[in-house]
Amino acid sequence: MTSSRKTSRSWSLQFATLATGILLAACAEQSRPSWLDPDGTPPPPVADDTQKIEVPPPPFSDDIFPCTDCHDPDLPVNTKRRKLKLAHQDIVLHHDEQHRWCLDCHSVSNRDKLHLANGTLVDFTESYRLCGQCHGDKYRDWRAGVHGRRSGYWNGHKTYLLCVNCHNSHSPAFKPLEPKPMPKPPEPTK
Amino acid sequence: MTTTGVSRRDFLCVVAGCAAASACSNITHTAWFRKRFAELDADAKAKIVADLERDYSRQYGKDVKVGTTEPMPGVEFGYALDISRCIGCRRCVYGCVEENNQSRDPQIQWIRVLEMDKDYGIDFAHSTPYYDTDKVPREGHFYLPVACQHCENPPCVKTCPVSATWQEPDGIVVIDYDWCIGCRCCMSACPYGARHFNLAPPNVPADEMNPKTHYLGNRPRMKGVVEKCTFCIQRVREGRYPKCVEVCPVGARKFGNLRDPKSEVRYILEHERVFVLKAELNTRPRFFYFYS
Repeated sequence: MTSSRKTSRSWSLQFATLATGILLAACAEQSRPSWLDPDGTPPPPVADDTQKIEVPPPPFSDDIFPCTDCHDPDLPVNTKRRKLKLAHQDIVLHHDEQHRWCLDCHSVSNRDKLHLANGTLVDFTESYRLCGQCHGDKYRDWRAGVHGRRSGYWNGHKTYLLCVNCHNSHSPAFKPLEPKPMPKPPEPTK
Repeated sequence: MTTTGVSRRDFLCVVAGCAAASACSNITHTAWFRKRFAELDADAKAKIVADLERDYSRQYGKDVKVGTTEPMPGVEFGYALDISRCIGCRRCVYGCVEENNQSRDPQIQWIRVLEMDKDYGIDFAHSTPYYDTDKVPREGHFYLPVACQHCENPPCVKTCPVSATWQEPDGIVVIDYDWCIGCRCCMSACPYGARHFNLAPPNVPADEMNPKTHYLGNRPRMKGVVEKCTFCIQRVREGRYPKCVEVCPVGARKFGNLRDPKSEVRYILEHERVFVLKAELNTRPRFFYFYS
């Protein structure tokens, strides 16, 4: 008598466990988003690093480019780190200024170009490669379309912005903006 | 008795119909005696659209187009917003107002940017849309823009007594303003405060009115109907990004096709720390927030 009761209890316990399991599985199935393809391929890695990206022209100040207009390529370059007195005094470096200065990014051999840490020269239109050397995570996200604004077509041609279209390369922290007016609060009830 | 062959009942029906049609100069026969939008065939839609375009063009003094672009097959829209980037500048709010012909006064804004206290985290009880400062972001605060979440399980759609709001195959929750009876059940059902009601006739200056419209989206609304974000249906069904994505100065807003594994939103869902608002309500939003 006792053993049969025990058996029936264990049966009901098993049944309850099974039922709960099925119920949970059903709930999980139901809450699974419809767009998530069960056997879909994982998203592809970020676009090939060597692939060029279409970007707008760099935001140069008026009449500043090409640099060789003033920097005569035939003249020797003073590579000594110093405070500039003859030109570019308006540039205040707030970009790891303890460790960096002009020629860490601007090329000595070709004044119209930038250079990477390994010496490769890059155009100003590809400055994202230079920024990406230190800010690798942002560079990756930017290539994937996560960091920075894109405009155009979600299913087609997209326009990116260069890092320097939003961040001043000499002082890259995003500056605070004046907000648009706040919404009208509801009138108090009388 | 009937010498003319017209019964009293038929005669009164015709008289009443004519009276109703002439009383509403802007609203035509096609708008009154029609089927639900989903049941309309192409000819009926074309007639309704032609009437609307004529009326709107006359009202705003410019060539207004009303589109009925269908959803694209294999597309389900999703949105992702990076709250570690958003600075609360409200550019999206005003971009949306201009793109989608929202009433200026009385004021209707589909996007509401909430300022939250970093000490409390995401807590609606300690948030306000009425922050007024010279510069944003303010120290110790972060910002959470909220509009329609285009839920997969939308409570607003369930509650509409006349099926004037529904979910399209591409996931956009739309409203047929001509079918809405203004009962506002959907507004009370929406846990995100995303729906807005035209208590008075909306007012959009003619020179600022966006003439490129969609029947289920940014065409001019009338008094007594509910409206809300449509992911810029007039833009996204043609492949373009929503307006708010393109005006955001910090690039916090991301948009794309959830069913395309290569899309930006899918990348974010697979790689970033993503959450949805009020997940416990099982509304299953297609609007995701993330920290980058």
